[in-house]
Amino acid sequence: MTAGLGKAPRWVDLALVPLVNLVAALIVSGIVVAAVGQSPLKALEVLVTGSFGYGEAIGYTLYYTTNFIFTGLAVAVAFHAGLFNIGGEGQAYIGGLGVGIACLWLGGILPFPLIFLLAIVFGAAFGAGWAYVPGWLQAKRGSHVVITTIMFNFIASALMTYIMVYVLIVPGQQSPESRGFDPSTFLPTAKQMLGSVGIEIAASPLNLSFLVALIAAAAVWVFIWYTHLGYELRVVGKSERAAVYSGISPDRHIILAMAISGGLAGLVGLNEIMGVQHRLLLNFTGGVGFVGIAVALMGRNHPFGICLAALLFGALYQGGSELAFSMPQLSKEMVVVIQGLVILFCGALEHLFRPQLERLFAKPLPAKA
Amino acid sequence: MTAALALDSAIAPPQGGRWAIEAIGIDKWFGPVHANRDVTLRVAKGSIHGIVGENGAGKSTLMNILYGYHRADRGEILIDGKAADIHRPSDALALGVGMVHQHFMLVEPFTILENVLLGAEGGTLLAEGRDKARAELERLGRDYGLEVDPDALVEDLPVGIQQRVEILKALYRGAETLILDEPTGVLTPQEADRLFQFLRVLRDQGKTVILITHKLREIMDVTDRVTVMRRGAVVADLPTQNTSKEELAELMVGRKVKLGGDKARAAPGAVVLEVEDLHVNDEQGKPRVRGVTFNVRAGEIVGIAGVSGNGQTELLEALGGIRPAASGRIRLKGNEVGTRRPGLTARILRRLGLGHVPEDRHRMGLVAGFAAYENAILGHQDEAQYHRGWLLDRARMVDYCGEWMKGYDVRPDNPLLEALSFSGGNQQKLVVAREMEHAPDLLLVGQPTRGVDIGAIEFIHKRLIAMRDAGKAVLVVSVELDEIMALSDRILVMFDGRIIGEVSPETATERQLGLMMAGIAEAA
Ligand SMILES: Nc1ncnc2c1ncn2[C@@H]1O[C@H](COP(=O)(O)OP(=O)(O)OP(=O)(O)O)[C@@H](O)[C@H]1O
Ligand SMILES: [Mg+2]
Repeated sequence: MTAGLGKAPRWVDLALVPLVNLVAALIVSGIVVAAVGQSPLKALEVLVTGSFGYGEAIGYTLYYTTNFIFTGLAVAVAFHAGLFNIGGEGQAYIGGLGVGIACLWLGGILPFPLIFLLAIVFGAAFGAGWAYVPGWLQAKRGSHVVITTIMFNFIASALMTYIMVYVLIVPGQQSPESRGFDPSTFLPTAKQMLGSVGIEIAASPLNLSFLVALIAAAAVWVFIWYTHLGYELRVVGKSERAAVYSGISPDRHIILAMAISGGLAGLVGLNEIMGVQHRLLLNFTGGVGFVGIAVALMGRNHPFGICLAALLFGALYQGGSELAFSMPQLSKEMVVVIQGLVILFCGALEHLFRPQLERLFAKPLPAKA
Repeated sequence: MTAALALDSAIAPPQGGRWAIEAIGIDKWFGPVHANRDVTLRVAKGSIHGIVGENGAGKSTLMNILYGYHRADRGEILIDGKAADIHRPSDALALGVGMVHQHFMLVEPFTILENVLLGAEGGTLLAEGRDKARAELERLGRDYGLEVDPDALVEDLPVGIQQRVEILKALYRGAETLILDEPTGVLTPQEADRLFQFLRVLRDQGKTVILITHKLREIMDVTDRVTVMRRGAVVADLPTQNTSKEELAELMVGRKVKLGGDKARAAPGAVVLEVEDLHVNDEQGKPRVRGVTFNVRAGEIVGIAGVSGNGQTELLEALGGIRPAASGRIRLKGNEVGTRRPGLTARILRRLGLGHVPEDRHRMGLVAGFAAYENAILGHQDEAQYHRGWLLDRARMVDYCGEWMKGYDVRPDNPLLEALSFSGGNQQKLVVAREMEHAPDLLLVGQPTRGVDIGAIEFIHKRLIAMRDAGKAVLVVSVELDEIMALSDRILVMFDGRIIGEVSPETATERQLGLMMAGIAEAA
């Protein structure tokens, strides 16, 4: 005789399942590493110490995390409105252009706080503008955003090449890069910020934009679940018929969701351009837009989950480069394979272990009254 | 009443026949909800067996267990006297149990033939199965009087035919027992009659039918035996000829039910809604409403009667600001409302005091995946009362929703549950509660009591009349003539996109209305 089963507690869903998925990914990765004749345990050790083992490593991990939070949030906002925004890469790229223009144009003219605010506005606006077009096409012409945002990634790339090579390049220079920004525009690094309050940490690219990313995550959380506009976006995402019934024009909301999504992706430029490179250059996004999809998937489109998933991917990025460096027998491609396995298990195969775990931890219900 | 309650669980199958289905001691929990409590149901082969019970009594759950959608937590199922282990619908189908759901499960852009074939393709290449299926469909059509055009697209079909496709699907897969969960909720009385004729044919050919319905008339008409459920348990199991509508109603609800409550004469006041020469097209651009003019005053209930598919749905959607009108005017409380921008129009109408219980609660009135309390503010999400500063006031949403659920007897009355986990009738009550509790000046109601039990019908009717007496304007669209007759102060009859007459419920007869609805007679 079986008693009824209730729901599993929330921590199973939010913590245990992702953890089990992660462990599974690492085990399979271990097998791959062993298959090429290397020690999986040593690789794991390098991966962990390489990402969290010492100050500089942590700094790098969090620096990567910053980008992934922005792009993960971007995917999540669109997702809640029922849209799959694959264009985070292009939006981040164009957003970076906005940040760069603000710095090139106003650097040395305005004080840092103003430039900082304007760079946020420019980055978000450029990214939003780049996502606005696919949003508009989806809403008014029915062109699927999945297709158009992919195409816009290519267009962004071509456009940036043109701008860098013909417009912003420093005359007489070989590589297509803009002139360096005025130092007054540089985002303070974590080392500088903590140093000013007397805490010494190792130097790393980690900078003020990390805090911006955390604030953005909190803002997205409030927006999606605690504002009526967020509510309406979710209604549109669940059912357009219910949306129209309740007085929402889905077109406007689709465009709005895409713009917000693009704006979030555009903030990657803060970290990369204003925080680290201090000039505009080509390909500074390096795939963060695509990783954002996996981050959002693994973070279950919840800002808190996204921050955790972004941290994991930040660690994989940083630890992965350590791995390639200290175990040269593991080629760079091997590191990519491991990252891919994590994405596969934590994202795509999300439901692999979920049913079993939920059954295992479901609370038995009271027996017959 | 105690006599009826005496549960005769040792009843022998009639005339030495056999049981088609036996479910013994079934228990099912959904989280804290005990949806089936030690339920025992025996259905004789070659009979039509009715199941009645309040919303949320556990009828659909029991059927879903028989059909393999849910697993019972406890209990046993026997099919044809043999213990059956049913894990999924395909197991049930293999044992000859087919089911037509409360909400259809058809692939709309597919043809009838493709839908029937789905999951029973029979071969790697579609062609072999397809020819066989076509022949088989024709045979079934001939044998049971269920003719359909196999190449018609499902999305173009009226609901009556869609349901026929569901039944054909089950028969095609060799169903010996057919479970129908509220099959007549969406049908016109004529379509329902046709369905029942066909069910009798099935029974006469030795098949077994389990029929769930809230319409006791149908139970009395067509079933051989009836089981009554209340709050998850079986409370009675009777031969239909030994019982009556009144007794069944009492068994279901646990008290006497009075339908068609008396109402005072209407005292209509100022005109609230004015509709002038309204034309509305469907998605394909076909005219559905073709020049409709009428008004609704404060303090009256206007009923729109008509066979479904004569433009009522489109009219209601246009009035609710969901579907653009092709031409014509809508004025609410003297304000001209643009009709071209669905969504925007709906928002303006709501601000002016519109409440709207849509016909299609499932896809329109509720958001699947939202909790009940989130659904409780749908359409009112921008109102100050749900905000504290810029932010939504969740605590207040939950409070209000909980109150409404108690006031409208939504079960279980837990605002945090996901809307779709409520039974069909309870979803309807949730929508009705939301629309009434926002104190509209004009309430549009499409099929107010579709899928709700008689206790709830009584309640919803009372509330509609109370709204009228409080000076609100109410427009009711229903395919249930009884309902229109019981509620309306004026009845407008729609046929082929036009209002072909207005009658008073006091002088009109059902026969006269029926003829008008068929487009045969004009108003007397
Ligand atoms: N998937 C589910 N998850 C959670 N609860 C459920 C689910 N399905 C049904 N329930 C609950 O089980 C109870 C019985 O529901 P069921 O759908 O069987 O009622 P019903 O008798 O068919 O009612 P109705 O006449 O309104 O269709 C209800 O309280 C309902 O809320
Ligand atoms: Mg039901």
